[in-house]
Amino acid sequence: MSALELLLQQLINAVSIGSLYALMAIGLAMVFGILRLINFAHGDLIMVGSYVALLLQVLGLPFPVAAVAGVAASTLAGLAMERVAYRPLRGAHEIAMLLTSFSVTIFLENLAIILFRPTSRPFPAPAVLRSVITMGQLRVAGLDLIAIAVTAVLLAALTLFVRRTNIGIAMRAASQDLLAARLMGINVNRVIATAFAIGSFLAGVVGLLWSARVGKVDPLMGFNPVLKAFVASVIGGLGSLPGAVLGAYVLGGLEILLQGLLPSGLTPYRDALVFAILIALLLLRPNGILGSTEKEKI
Amino acid sequence: MQPESPRGGSPSLPSRLAGPAVSLALLAIILAIASFFAGDYLQRILIIIGINTILVVSLNLSNGFTGVFSLGHVGFMAIGAYTAAVLTLPVSLKVVNLPSLPHWLQQLALPFLPATLIAGLLAMLVAFLVGLSLMRLKGAYISVATLGFLVIVQVILVNWDQVTRGARTFAGVPPHSTLWNVWIWAVVAVYIVWRLGASAFGRDMRAARDNEVAALSLGISVLRSRLLAFCLSAFLTGVAGSLWAHFITSFSPKSFYFTQAFNIITMLVIGGLGSVSGSVIGVFFITVLSELLRNAERGFDLGVFRLPPIYGASQILMAVLFVLVIVFRPAGLLGGREIDVRAILRRLGAPRRGKGAA
Repeated sequence: MSALELLLQQLINAVSIGSLYALMAIGLAMVFGILRLINFAHGDLIMVGSYVALLLQVLGLPFPVAAVAGVAASTLAGLAMERVAYRPLRGAHEIAMLLTSFSVTIFLENLAIILFRPTSRPFPAPAVLRSVITMGQLRVAGLDLIAIAVTAVLLAALTLFVRRTNIGIAMRAASQDLLAARLMGINVNRVIATAFAIGSFLAGVVGLLWSARVGKVDPLMGFNPVLKAFVASVIGGLGSLPGAVLGAYVLGGLEILLQGLLPSGLTPYRDALVFAILIALLLLRPNGILGSTEKEKI
Repeated sequence: MQPESPRGGSPSLPSRLAGPAVSLALLAIILAIASFFAGDYLQRILIIIGINTILVVSLNLSNGFTGVFSLGHVGFMAIGAYTAAVLTLPVSLKVVNLPSLPHWLQQLALPFLPATLIAGLLAMLVAFLVGLSLMRLKGAYISVATLGFLVIVQVILVNWDQVTRGARTFAGVPPHSTLWNVWIWAVVAVYIVWRLGASAFGRDMRAARDNEVAALSLGISVLRSRLLAFCLSAFLTGVAGSLWAHFITSFSPKSFYFTQAFNIITMLVIGGLGSVSGSVIGVFFITVLSELLRNAERGFDLGVFRLPPIYGASQILMAVLFVLVIVFRPAGLLGGREIDVRAILRRLGAPRRGKGAA
C-alpha cells in the first residue's frame, strides 16, 4: 500500500469515527449551552435506541423499521429524562445536576442489565452496512461512508434549523442568556425540551451506527462514547455547537494518529493519553479552541 | 468589656473534650461488644462501614470543604489498594502470580502498617502531581478532569500487567484488616478532617469555596488550600484502599471504577457536603440500606409467591433515592451542619436538673 493510500485510508477512519463523536458531542453541547448541565446519561440513549432496534429485529421486523423505532425510542427516552430528572432541578448548582445525570446513568444501565442480562448480544446489521468497497489497495467499509454521509446531512439540517427556524433562534438566545431569553417571552421549557429531543435523536442515530460498527450491544455500551464526546466538546469549547463538531473531528484524528504512531506496547494506553490531553487542554484553553478567552466577570 | 462569644464563652478543656470522649467511648463499647458477640456477617458490615467512613470523610475534605468536586477519588483508592497489596503479598505468591515484577519488589513482603502508610503516601504524591494542575480549574471542569484522571488510572491498571495482573483478579492478599485496625484508622481520619475543618486552614478552604475572588482578595491562597485538602484527602483515601484490599483480599480494576465512585459520592451527598458527622451518618445509612437491598435482590420467599432475584435493583433504588435527596434536600440530611455531642449531652442532662429544681 502506498503512502498516499495509507493516508487516505486513515483519513477515512478518522473522519468516520469523528462523525460519530460529532453527533454525540452536539447533544452534550446543546444541553450544556442552555442549562450548564453535563448530561452524563446522554451515552445511555445510544444504548436505549440500539436495544429497541435489536429487539424489533429479533421480533422479525425489517431493519429500516427497527432503526426508525430505535431512534424514536432514544428521542423519547431523552425527553423523559429531561422531564423526570432534570426539570425539577432547574436553577440548581451545576454539580447537583452532574450528579443527577450520574444517577440517571446508573438507573438506565441497571434497568438494561435487569431487562436484557449484562452480557453483550450480537447486533444484526443489513448487508449494506457490512459491505466493504475495495479500490486498488484501499478497503473502505460501507459503514464508514454511510456514517460520514449521514453526519453531513444531519449537520447541514441542524445548521439550517438553528439559524432559520424560530425555535432554533430561541435556542441560541437561551444558550446566550437564559434569563434574558425568558424575559423576551421565550418558552424556556419548550426550548430545553427541543434541545433534548434533538440531542437524543442524534444519539439514537449514533447508536445504530455504533452498534453496526462493533456488531454487538451491551448495557454499558454508552459509557465510552459519552466520555469521548465529553472530550470532544471540551476540545471545541463546552456549549459551542461548531466547537463540538470541530472537537469531535480533532479527537477522531488524534485517536487514529496515536493508534498509528504509538509503539505497539503503548497502544493500549491510547485512551489514557487522550484523557491526559483533555486535562492539559482544560488548563491551557479551558474554553476550548473556539471558545472565548474572556475572563469571568465579577 | 469582654466580647462575648456566641456560644457563651469558650468552654473549659474538659468540657471541650466531652463530646469526642463520649463518642469514642460509645464507639469502643460497640466495637468491643461486636468483636465478642457479633457474628461474622455483622462484623464484616462493621468493617465495611469503617472503611466507607474513611473514604467518605476524606472525600468530604476535598469535595465538601473546598468545593473541588472530585469524581476521581476512587483512583486514589485503587492506587492505595494495589500498592499495599503488592507490598504485603507473600513472596511465594508473588513469584507465581507476578513473575515479571522487579526482583527487589518480588522478594519484599512488608507488614500491614508500613505497607498501608506507603500506599497512602503514594496516593498523596500522585494527588500532588495531578493536583498541581487540576486544582487551578473551576466548577464542573474539575469534575470532568478528575473523571478523566479516573479513566487514566483505570487504563493503566488494566494494562500494567506485570504489577497489577491487568484485568485479571489480583488474589491472595493477606486478610490483615480487622474490626479494630480499620476503626482506629477511621477514628484517625475523622479526627484529622474534623480538626482541619475547624482550623484556620479549614476556614480558608470554605472561604475559597464560597467566594473565590473574595478569598483571594483577603490573601488566602486558594490553590494552596485546595491542594492541601486534595493531597490529605488522597492520603486517607489511599489508606482506605489498602484496608479494603486487605479486607476483600481479591479484586480487579473493575472494583475501582464508576460504580464505586458513585457509591461513595451517594453517601457523601446524602449525609451532607461539608459536615463530618453528616458523612458518618450517610455512610451508616447507605451501607446498611444497600446491604439490606442486596440481600433482598437475591429474591425471597413470600410463602405462596417467590420473588425472583433481581440483580441491579438495589443500584436502581439507590439512584432514585439519590435524585430525590438532591431535589428535595439538596444540602443532604444534615445540611452541612455538625451534630453537637455536647449539646445533646446538655439536653440529656437538662430534664434531671429540671426535676431537682421542682
